[in-house]
Amino acid sequence: MNQLISLLVENEAGALMRVAGVLTSRGYNIESLTVAKTLDPTLSSMTIVADVAEESRVLLIKQITRLVNVVKAVDLTESNAVQRELALIKISSVKPEMRSSVAKEAEIFRARIVDVAPTHYTLEVTGSPEKIDALIDLLHHYGDVEMTRSGSMAMARMPANRLPYPMFRAEPSAEESQTTPVVESK
Amino acid sequence: MALMNGARILIESLAREGAEVVFGYPGGVTIPVYDVLYDHNLRHILVRHEENAAFAAQGFARATGKVGVCMATSGPGATNLTTGLVDALMDSIPIVAITGQVPQSLIGRDAFQEADTFGITRAATKHNYLVKNIEDLSQVIHEAFYIAGSGRPGPVLVDITKDVLLAKTNFHMSDKLKPLRGYELKLDPDQAEVDEAVDFLWEAERPCIYAGGGIISAAAHEEVVKLSELLGAPLVHTVMGHGCMPPEHPNYVSMLGMHGGYAANMCISRCDSIIGVGVRFDDRVTGRLDRFAPEARVLHIDIDPVEINKNRRADVGVVGDAKRALAAINKRLEETQAQKSTENMKARTAWHGKVMDWQAEHPYSYEPSDVEIKPQYLMETINKFSKGEAIVTVDVGQHQMWAAQYIKFNSPRLWQSSSGLGSMGFGIPSGMGAKVACPDKLVFSISGDGGFMMSLPEVATVVGNNIPLKMIIMNNGWLGMVRQWQDLFFDKRYSEVDMQPGFPDIPMLAASFGIKGVTVRKPADLEAAIQEMIDEPGPFLLNVMVTREENVYPMVPAGGALDEMILGSQKPVATGD
Repeated sequence: MNQLISLLVENEAGALMRVAGVLTSRGYNIESLTVAKTLDPTLSSMTIVADVAEESRVLLIKQITRLVNVVKAVDLTESNAVQRELALIKISSVKPEMRSSVAKEAEIFRARIVDVAPTHYTLEVTGSPEKIDALIDLLHHYGDVEMTRSGSMAMARMPANRLPYPMFRAEPSAEESQTTPVVESK
Repeated sequence: MALMNGARILIESLAREGAEVVFGYPGGVTIPVYDVLYDHNLRHILVRHEENAAFAAQGFARATGKVGVCMATSGPGATNLTTGLVDALMDSIPIVAITGQVPQSLIGRDAFQEADTFGITRAATKHNYLVKNIEDLSQVIHEAFYIAGSGRPGPVLVDITKDVLLAKTNFHMSDKLKPLRGYELKLDPDQAEVDEAVDFLWEAERPCIYAGGGIISAAAHEEVVKLSELLGAPLVHTVMGHGCMPPEHPNYVSMLGMHGGYAANMCISRCDSIIGVGVRFDDRVTGRLDRFAPEARVLHIDIDPVEINKNRRADVGVVGDAKRALAAINKRLEETQAQKSTENMKARTAWHGKVMDWQAEHPYSYEPSDVEIKPQYLMETINKFSKGEAIVTVDVGQHQMWAAQYIKFNSPRLWQSSSGLGSMGFGIPSGMGAKVACPDKLVFSISGDGGFMMSLPEVATVVGNNIPLKMIIMNNGWLGMVRQWQDLFFDKRYSEVDMQPGFPDIPMLAASFGIKGVTVRKPADLEAAIQEMIDEPGPFLLNVMVTREENVYPMVPAGGALDEMILGSQKPVATGD
């Protein structure tokens, strides 16, 4: 089963390479990976979905946490987290009499039609990965489907400082940030 | 405040961090750095191959505990460093490597001597940097030293583009540093973990302290000896752990693992409580993991949380600096000694006796010869001269294991071995670094005839810088360890291991380098030759022809359980009267 990992990393060159490197050097396939900056522009958040055996998950989190650029790593697999994905789906070769049905299906899934042409529709849908899978399965009945998916984004339901599961690295406290090494002048 | 170019800021920053010597090799993009070094008082030693610059920096770091420094140019210079970086990563040795990079305007255009050093060394370092802005340089160097030397030590590489080396800016001795918010050190153990550890320890009836390189890094040798004394627990150590306890100590057993002593392997296999300190339950230590120490509960103390539960599940894990963790545990043990120590004392005493009986029945042993020099006899003789006080650096293979078995070390930081990565060609350059770091110490490097040829160019560095390194070649004419496996597991089909063809005449080779060299073949001549080597004020090459087909025993075959040792010539000796 897939492991869902949420990371806070320094927003600098090489951060993605290091995190991906920890996974690839151990032979784990990355199913999806999203990365973008946070409210603090010096930090990026990453969500990774990877095929990692259950017994290796704690170790993997620790190995990622060990990276100097990683501020926080949390395993959200078993936890109460909101997980969402965005997909753009293009459906073509729809029989003229079925076009309105496609629009109806889209409505059921709360997908928006973002582009319309005589030959195809393009839909935008967000939701859990399972919901998107279901919509795609359904649309296959109406025509040829092309799609691009964002990969999962996840967020714990609780504020970060109240998470019930182990946090392998907390935000440095005020006291800790003050003890950051400073070069002594000679 | 002064206007300086990047090259000078680099050198001033290295000096500020306390660098004493840089092992390096110049090239196109690092010429500005060497221009600064031309009349700077920071010492630079010109090696003959960049890999050996990294090994020499390690030699310096392993001997002193300080951060070693090496430097190479872009492209091939950087790729040549890589083996030495991975080696330092595997053995947790603090070094900072500086590499030049092509100018930013050429990056990504397959420029001459361009390589993606930052990408290539991602998995070879604890952390690495690509400096593209001169304003970052001074701070990056500070961070690099801090990261290399703190926590679990390791190599840090700083790749600097040529345009940064040439740009100018104001250099401040004390730059403001941004916090390393992703790099948190946990040095002090949690009190709850300490209490749990102490309960664990008092419950032990058959304890075994399994001590590793983390004790050397943390200078926790006194604390581990004290722990052993408080519990009356026998101590076994890894190849990295040499020197953590004086070998004459009544609780000292020996090295454990694939070629460890019989008693050490039996001790950890039969114990009920493993106390692992600064170790990683490496496959060369545990043998077949699922059959390793089946009855033992595990207390694992390490500064790196990744190590806890990585290979062997720990019943109690303590994350912290080995010195602080052991001090806290010892303190608590002493406080609770009165009511607790008697409970399992009898069982622990009996267990200690049993381990020492194993030790007496199965010491390291071999068939002596007065015709040929047995490799074990060579190591015993070196031990006689080193008296547990000399620095000994080794290469990789049979001689490494015999040296680890027969040479004793009374204190930490005397033994240097490429233990995790097992890089041949390590002995001479690391010995060079050690001798530069400790000019008053006697330093032997021991190489096999295979590894010697890999590090041969560094003889020129040793001679050129008049580093009085005592270089010993244990010459059996083979890649002996590969041959041993071919002997035992491949029907003696000795494929591509014969190193005799083309091996140079050592006295002539030494003469051509302008130093003394001797070849010995007879056991009777060995002591005199070693004495001559020590008496010689300068470097010396001693080529010792040893028995060709000799195997290292005990040996745990790959994939075997640790208590299934091939004893070979290690015959039990009679005990008692």
